[in-house]
Formats: sequence, C-alpha cells, structure tokens
Amino acid sequence: MTMRSTLGRVRGLGPAQGGVADWWGQRVTAAALVPLAAWFVIALLAHFGEGAPQTAAWLAGPWNAVLLLALLIALFRHLALGLQVVIEDYIQGEPARLAAVLGMKAVLGLFWLAGMVAVLKLTFRG
Amino acid sequence: MRDTREILLVGRTSEGTTVQRPLSPHLQVYRPQITSVLSILHRFTGIWLGIGALLLVWWLVALAGGSASFAVVQGFFGAWYGILLLFLWTAALMFHFCNGIRHLAWDGGYGFEKPQYHASGWAVLAAATVMSLAVWALGLALR
Repeated sequence: MTMRSTLGRVRGLGPAQGGVADWWGQRVTAAALVPLAAWFVIALLAHFGEGAPQTAAWLAGPWNAVLLLALLIALFRHLALGLQVVIEDYIQGEPARLAAVLGMKAVLGLFWLAGMVAVLKLTFRG
Repeated sequence: MRDTREILLVGRTSEGTTVQRPLSPHLQVYRPQITSVLSILHRFTGIWLGIGALLLVWWLVALAGGSASFAVVQGFFGAWYGILLLFLWTAALMFHFCNGIRHLAWDGGYGFEKPQYHASGWAVLAAATVMSLAVWALGLALR
C-alpha cells in the first residue's frame, strides 16, 4: 500500500529519483580528473613551444591518445554536470531553464565530439 | 508579468517608507568568509575552466587540421592576450583542483569542523598560488 496519491502519481509529483547519479558522476569524474589533469599539465609543459609535427607525433604515442581521450570524456562530463547545477540555480522558469540546460548539453556535446574526433584523427594518422 | 513573490517582498522601514525587503544571501550585510568566498570562487573558476575546455578543443581540432590551422591557434596563444588567458586558466585550474580535493574530502566526511575547514581553505589558496607560479616558472624555463 503506497502512500502516493493517484493524482500525485499521474502528475509525476515528488522527487525525480535520479539525482544521485548526477551527484556521483560529478565525484567520479572529479576523481578521474585529478590524475588526468595533472598528467595533461605536465605533458603540456614538457612539450611547450613545439610545432605541429612534434606535438602530433607525441599524440600518436601509445598512451597519450588514450589519456587525452579519457581526459576529454571526464572533463566534458564534469563540465556538463557542473554547468547544469549553475543553470538550475540561476535561471528561473521551467521553459528557460530547460532550454538552457539542453542548449548547454548540445554545445558541449558537439565540442566534446569534435575534440575526440581530432584526437582520433591524429592518432590514426601517426 | 511580475512574479507574485515580488509583491510579497514589499516592506516598510521604521519611518514608514515602502522598500523592497532584502533577499538572501544578504550580500549587502554578510561579511565575506573563507568558506563563502572559496565556494563562489570554485564556481567561477569552474565556469572559466569550461570556457578553457572549449578552447582546448579548438587547439586539438587545429592540430588535427594541419600546420596552417595550428599556426593560427599557436599565434593566438602566443600573443599577449593569449598568454594572459593561459595564466588565468592555470590559476583557475590550480585553485579548482585543490578546492576540488577539499570538496572530495568533505564528501568522505572529513574536515567539517570549523578549525579544519578554515585551515584547509587557506591551505588551498596557498597551494593554488604556489602551484600556479611553479607551473609558469617551469614553462618559461623550458622555453
């Protein structure tokens, strides 16, 4: 015997139930970004000032492309989750908020894919 | 169309004049603390790093596009405004990274006592400053 009213059930009132996944995803991507971001900063420093051929050659190495792809995945997921929280905090009104969240995810999704495709291009060429 | 909640925010001063009642977070009167300042800074640096992430993708796409497109993006980052932006992104990253670890510790249940989160807050600021300067010193030395 559930305590839920039929009207509440039909209207979908109450918690969304899926919130923990976002909370956990933010923490998992954060934990992944600790070593990945550190690696990336160190790698950038190590190859600072190099031209396109050397940088592309570095990316073609066995682990570099893999780590860069991992970085892009964790980074964009973390960014999308973070920006969603910011949008939900500041934008009032369901239509505007929904449009902003969807728009943000669309833009970030496209940039993420562009980055992944670029890394794959470089690693398959070299 | 005005929000009905706005009408409820009308109040009177002791003299009787009508005023808009102050709203949380009461920034007009609340003294900034290490907790609140670092919290909002974590949000700002996160957003700023988000813009940096988009430019990182531009850099990768330009690299994949060949020497010509790569030269354009390296030109941008080599100019004074590019270097300034890169420094701001380094600082933002170091801060967001260190404060992020502070957040993860909180998620584990550690560091909630007042002396602890005050100490960790100042430690994050110090570490972020040192790391930003170290990264840049290394970068310039390696040039």
